[in-house]
Amino acid sequence: MPRLTVNERPVEFDMDPQTPLLWALRDAANLTGTKYGCGVGDCGACMVMVDGTALRSCLITLAECEGRLVITIEGLSRDRSHPVQQAMVAEQAIQCGFCTPGIVMSGAALLSRNANPSEAEIKEAIPNLCRCGVYPRLVRAIQRAGAVRRREDTISAAPPPGITREDAAKAVPALAPVTEPSTAPSPTPTDQ
Amino acid sequence: MSGSLEISRRSFLSVSLVGGAVLSFGAWLALSDEAEAGSSGAMLNAFIRINPDNSVVIGAKNPEIGQGVKTMLPMLIAEELDVDWEQVRIEQTLANEQKYGRQSAGGSRSTPVNWLPMRQAGAAARSMLVMAAATKWGVAFETLTAGSGMVRHAASGRTATYASLTEAAVKIAPPALDAVPLKPDSAFRIIGTSRRGVDTPAIVRGQPLFGIDTELPGMVYAALEACPVFQGTIAAVDDQAAKAVKGVLAVVPINTGLVPKGSFDALAIIADSWWTAQQARSRLKVDWDTGTLTQFSTEAYAEQADTALAQAPEAEILSKGDVEGQLSGAARTVTARYDYPFLGHCTLEPQNCTGLYEDGQLTLWAPSQSPERGRQEVAAMLDLAPDAIKIHMTRIGGGFGRRLMNDYMVQAAQIARAVPGKPVKLIYTRGDDMRHDYYRPGGWHELTAGLDNEGRLVALKDHFVSFGADGEPVRAAELEETEFPAQIVSDVHFGATYLPTNLPTGWLRAPTSNAMGFVFQSFLDELAEAAGVDLPTFVLRILGEDRLLPKVGRANQFNTGRARKVIEEVCTFANWDAKRPSGAGGRGRGFGFYFSHAGYFAEILDATVSEGGTVKVDKIWVAGDIGSHVINPVNALHQVQGAAIEGLAQAMIGQKVDQVDGAIVQENFDSFPLLRIEAAPQDVAVTFVTSPFPPTGLGEPALPPVIPALANAIYAATGKRIRSLPMQLQGQTA
Repeated sequence: MPRLTVNERPVEFDMDPQTPLLWALRDAANLTGTKYGCGVGDCGACMVMVDGTALRSCLITLAECEGRLVITIEGLSRDRSHPVQQAMVAEQAIQCGFCTPGIVMSGAALLSRNANPSEAEIKEAIPNLCRCGVYPRLVRAIQRAGAVRRREDTISAAPPPGITREDAAKAVPALAPVTEPSTAPSPTPTDQ
Repeated sequence: MSGSLEISRRSFLSVSLVGGAVLSFGAWLALSDEAEAGSSGAMLNAFIRINPDNSVVIGAKNPEIGQGVKTMLPMLIAEELDVDWEQVRIEQTLANEQKYGRQSAGGSRSTPVNWLPMRQAGAAARSMLVMAAATKWGVAFETLTAGSGMVRHAASGRTATYASLTEAAVKIAPPALDAVPLKPDSAFRIIGTSRRGVDTPAIVRGQPLFGIDTELPGMVYAALEACPVFQGTIAAVDDQAAKAVKGVLAVVPINTGLVPKGSFDALAIIADSWWTAQQARSRLKVDWDTGTLTQFSTEAYAEQADTALAQAPEAEILSKGDVEGQLSGAARTVTARYDYPFLGHCTLEPQNCTGLYEDGQLTLWAPSQSPERGRQEVAAMLDLAPDAIKIHMTRIGGGFGRRLMNDYMVQAAQIARAVPGKPVKLIYTRGDDMRHDYYRPGGWHELTAGLDNEGRLVALKDHFVSFGADGEPVRAAELEETEFPAQIVSDVHFGATYLPTNLPTGWLRAPTSNAMGFVFQSFLDELAEAAGVDLPTFVLRILGEDRLLPKVGRANQFNTGRARKVIEEVCTFANWDAKRPSGAGGRGRGFGFYFSHAGYFAEILDATVSEGGTVKVDKIWVAGDIGSHVINPVNALHQVQGAAIEGLAQAMIGQKVDQVDGAIVQENFDSFPLLRIEAAPQDVAVTFVTSPFPPTGLGEPALPPVIPALANAIYAATGKRIRSLPMQLQGQTA
């Protein structure tokens, strides 16, 4: 049975070793953030990091992953605090969102080796297909993530609805400290 | 592999993983009665729940395909409810049109259909909360104000949270929705402000939102081997080798929805993993009964179209005035033939659906753009009562009209019934997805127009050849009598000939318009040149004075003044006259205008064509009029940019589906390419003209003008007219 490390945890897959990593992650590990788009390594929706390199998980078998370190979108950060995750939301370089996890992994792998990529380098490193056409915002999102990584920029990403800024700031260290008075409702009723 | 996958999964999960390892059933808990029962909050109406901590849950009722409707419709409710967006949490509702109203993502209809009802739902709930406060404090309703989820009485300084009023408010009879007062535009605090997509934080974490991500305890998986020749049926099956594959549970014949009920045209292979099901599928031996269906091919269609165009049209769409007389007396006539291919949808999330059949009840987890229509189709195929079917609406990895059809629901339902008590997930391979689509039909147009001495368009004739039977077009092959500029020109003849096909056809984003915009706006560019003016000028002359054209059938009424304004706006925006590239250096600028789905769009595109024929789109300017409000501006920008990029993909990178021997050839993105980042324009500038009309939708109307704008830019750059899609330039095959 293939043994590998997925998102920092050593695991053993009780599956046919010829199963593509993509389907082992999705069907056995319930790590469905890694998407199936084409099955032939063309679309990039299944991008994961294997030993730090962005690879298409539909093209590698479990057997080939023996002993290797795999990081999926779920393991990229505990709290979506990776600069690419933050920048993709901040720049809204997301429409249907199906290609997004693969793009985030490609972008994260790029920034880990080059924190200040040019537009051409970004286009080369992120060959992922986006059917909705977020491309006009994608280069900017990756460049902004690079600036965050270089500590030249911060992203004051608003928390999603339903989370107060204070709570979000506790849970998401990348969020800027709250400086303005919160507009969120008081947790205790103020009926007077 | 030892034991069942169920065991393997359990043992696998015994080592916990970071994120995602926990089945998140919560993701599927819709804002439904069940969810309500499990929470301590109270429902003010079908869409609004107030929790004890004064947070507010708003139900999003329409399918989210990336168009932003899951954010936009709740914005309308939150606005009138007088709550802050930060205190709102959004939940997708179940499919239930009796409870929620129309739940369909098609035709750019979500905005016009819901603009008032969603606001009324919010306003009604607000009025009940304010009434509860008025009763409690013994003050007049009119003396109270609301905001940020609080009711205030200014005179006494008293305040109350919505949460503290909810128990009393739910006992108040809801006001009549059409009588409840709505805010004046000047009081809007959410409508017209940019709000991020509510799911985007979860998307970047890879959380299980999409249909294909549905995972349930004890789930099994299905692959589908459907007859590659549409409408063919199963003649004989040898499934012994497939069934012998370890992990295979069953091989069952089903009906894809394309053949009469009772006959079968596909085999579902059910196994303990989808990969296993695919391995077993490759060992199936199936003989298909395809009869004469193999006669249908792209090549045959082209020959039949040539023959048809040499003859008179078989059917008449529109005939007014004396076209032949006008043409014979015209100072100039121009004739041209245009054509475009069948297209697939190719959503990045392949078609899929999960079903669970238990005790005569069916539960579906469906990425469908029209779940209620799916319910009816499933009920008919399975002989189930519609209310025995429960449909969870998942996030959808791209729609583009593909998921207005519900074939995958009908198929998953049959598969689920074959393994009662087991949830089963059907997933198409990419090849299945491309070879079993509902295609945008191809078409040909033989156009002739006459200009008078002053260059005015005085006659227009089109022989349209597409697909259909008995003088009627197939789905999405309609040429409307309102096609611009037919309604304005006095002498027009539109005739049609419909060829037979076995291909199922369907609506592709901006259906019919995505093709007609190319044909008519490109042809008008030819006419403008013959008249010695540029296309914006030529179109403005056709439009004439500002007026509302007569209503024809179900078509949206055309307002020539709104059309004029977007044309003038985009010409100013792009500095059309002053900055027009001359064609030198292969640079050219093109224009296109189109009215569809109640939206008016004019677009200008700059392109550079290399000597080898490679086209680079340098910049696109878009001006649109969708009425009085752009509800969520950031999302509106993205919809327009995405529509423009999709239009370019249809035109310039070789998108087409080919049919040989009755079946589709394309199987993946190498033969049906999507636009990649290096070919996409980085600069798509968008501006909106506001007009005093209720807001309309934005998923579609920005797409049609970009294709003729590109074709006309290439003509300006090279002198070569693009009359056939996908376009082919010398030395360029992509």
